[in-house]
Amino acid sequence: MNQESNNTVRPEVHVTHDGHHVEHDHGHGHHKETFITKYIFSQDHKTIAKQFLISGMIWAVVGGLMSVLFRLQLGYPDQSFEILETFFGRWAEGGQIKPEFYYALITMHGTILVFFVLTGGLSGTFANLLIPLQVGARDMASPLMNMLSYWFFFIASVIMMSSLFVQTGPASGGWTSYPPLSALGQASEGSKVGMDLWLLSMAMFIVSSLLGGLNYIATILNMRTKGMSMTRMPLTMWALFFTAILGVLSFPVLLSGAILLLFDRNLGTSFYLSDIYVKGQIMPNEGGSAILYQHLFWFLGHPEVYIIILPAMGLVSEVMSVNARKPIFGYMAMVGSLFAIAILAFLVWAHHMFVSGMSPFLGSFFVLLTLLIAIPSAIKVFNWITTIWRGNLRLNPQMLFAIGFVSMFISGGLTGIFLGNSTIDIHIHDTYFVIAHFHIVMGVAAFFGMFCGVYHWFPKMYGRYMNSTLGYIHFWGTLIGAYLIFWPMHYMGLAGVPRRYMDFRGWTSFNQFGELNKFISIVTIVVFAVQLLFIFNFFYSIWKGRKVRSMNPYGANTLEWTTPIRPGHGNWVGEIPEVHRWAYDYSKDGREFIPQTEPVSPNETKH
Amino acid sequence: MVLEGKKRGVHPHKFTLWVALASIVMMFAGLTSAYIVKSNQANWEVVETPVEFYYSTVVILLSSLTIQWALRSFKQREMSRYRLLMAITGVLGIAFIWLQWVGFNWMWDNGVTFQGSGAGQFLYIIAGLHGLHVLGGIVALIVVITRAFVGRTQSYSSVPVEIMSTYWHFVDVLWIYLFIFLIIVK
Repeated sequence: MNQESNNTVRPEVHVTHDGHHVEHDHGHGHHKETFITKYIFSQDHKTIAKQFLISGMIWAVVGGLMSVLFRLQLGYPDQSFEILETFFGRWAEGGQIKPEFYYALITMHGTILVFFVLTGGLSGTFANLLIPLQVGARDMASPLMNMLSYWFFFIASVIMMSSLFVQTGPASGGWTSYPPLSALGQASEGSKVGMDLWLLSMAMFIVSSLLGGLNYIATILNMRTKGMSMTRMPLTMWALFFTAILGVLSFPVLLSGAILLLFDRNLGTSFYLSDIYVKGQIMPNEGGSAILYQHLFWFLGHPEVYIIILPAMGLVSEVMSVNARKPIFGYMAMVGSLFAIAILAFLVWAHHMFVSGMSPFLGSFFVLLTLLIAIPSAIKVFNWITTIWRGNLRLNPQMLFAIGFVSMFISGGLTGIFLGNSTIDIHIHDTYFVIAHFHIVMGVAAFFGMFCGVYHWFPKMYGRYMNSTLGYIHFWGTLIGAYLIFWPMHYMGLAGVPRRYMDFRGWTSFNQFGELNKFISIVTIVVFAVQLLFIFNFFYSIWKGRKVRSMNPYGANTLEWTTPIRPGHGNWVGEIPEVHRWAYDYSKDGREFIPQTEPVSPNETKH
Repeated sequence: MVLEGKKRGVHPHKFTLWVALASIVMMFAGLTSAYIVKSNQANWEVVETPVEFYYSTVVILLSSLTIQWALRSFKQREMSRYRLLMAITGVLGIAFIWLQWVGFNWMWDNGVTFQGSGAGQFLYIIAGLHGLHVLGGIVALIVVITRAFVGRTQSYSSVPVEIMSTYWHFVDVLWIYLFIFLIIVK
């Protein structure tokens, strides 16, 4: 539809696909596109994916920078840094972060990274980019809803960003926003207007996730091309499908919890509040239960960590199989374990509440269910390792990040077994052990999945490659750095160092970790710098990267590599290809790869 | 683009609606389970159900009948009857909202305010959110009705009307569930 611009700006489309100029024979509305409809209010899933990705990257820099700056203070609690005052103004007067603002920073760091980067930025990007391309559809079931999904995300982003600039500061009750701290404005500065903005932003974010998730599910179930049965779908599709189901069923419950919280905050109800003294004054609220909020929150909160990790698992499975030149090991076991994780995700939320006064008898059931997650997780890890076992590995950056993902997932997953036991949790809850666990298993691992996806599908998004040398530096810097940051935290946690404290100097028993804290802070700065390198690589490569010359640069089987190098809105020129086989026929019958579109020949061996 | 998709199974838009309904169900499941948990704790205050809610239940049941009849008329291409029935459905929807509002006012006048966390406060939120979903339905209904009256092109696809009626039946069934729930769990 934008043939003119293709002629002038991107001649390569015509070089490689001569004779594919037929634009009007696929019954697809060819509307005239302006800059606004093409790049801003676009309904093309590929553009929306890029919008999610770049918004997510901006958020990642903001959220990451926050952690670098508060790590600075954590490592050197007695020193003052001019840069802190530059960034935070009166929240860090004299170059030292104020304790209340430290809370605000960790709250925002968590909120931004969990929701805006690893949910919006990760599944928003890859669900939008890959679902229509890999199932063989011209676009989502409802492109309009898909566009709205991004713009609700954008509104949520603007509200959350603006909360950083209000007089009383952003929300500071932790990313979980537990009442009563989050429910009473007089409880802290961050519980005032910052908290209202946080809730409003989250409500917008939930709307965005629901609009997106509905579309993903409907597209995967309803818009697959001819021959694309569910079991022929690449694992990315299965992962994104279960992710969307988790989101659609759990986010509304968070919305209920948030609505009750809004009423408590602004209209005087006391769903979560009872018998509270603030500054010596007794509050009128009676009969509420703070635990109720925790149940509602974690009913989303736990599936949320799978919303983050499942897309990464899907991307890694696909990239691994392509770059090991081997079929994914145990396809059905992979699908089955995704399904098992999705089911268990709804049955384990109370393991976040072992020490909130829940009945220990009830807790033991949640221990059992939590530990059950080890089974599907182990199946997946086993299958990834057997996929690369004796493979013909191409160790490009995306493959390294895929392998790094598995490493992180194992390291972080094992500590989950400690935390999932309610008895051990009594000792290590709310310590750096928890910080180390979830940062490795859902933070770093999900980032690795995301990087793996960005490096792999960058050619599909922009028609150019990212620079591999910078990619290798990025990978090794991130992998080594992440372990150096989070591995020592396990020991700190086992020694009892609590999270959410800015200064441990008054605590003799934790003085031994002073130097370690400095070390972690320095590594954090280095790792952050390495991420900036990635961002430079990303934007540089959009305009200056090496051009992609062939439609299928990786020799991959999936459908997105049957589209033109720079696909227009509608993805395929002419008919959508028909699918005849699953996505993983690599190194079969002496052939390196057999695309999904190739019919099964009669003398082919069975897979 | 969508129309080009393979015509097998459920229409993608219809399917999307079903998933959305599941999502809405989860929201109310969250609220009603919170209600059950709270009702078993100390200081739970019960509330008398306003009589208007019984009337509104009858009204929304009637509106389900009219929209079903409207859908049938549409399929039989009885367009004038279809328009009339859709308009009646819209009026009944507005009547439902009005009755809920009167019921709320009655509760408020009888001392059930936002203070506290008993059945009354939950009722405001649960029935209020349900009312918002009905309001959303009314807006969609107005769009469909406007199209039926002033639309220049004749549409033969019954999909939009079917989606509309499915959603309308859903908010009806949802209300019946919530109403029975609020009466039984005191």
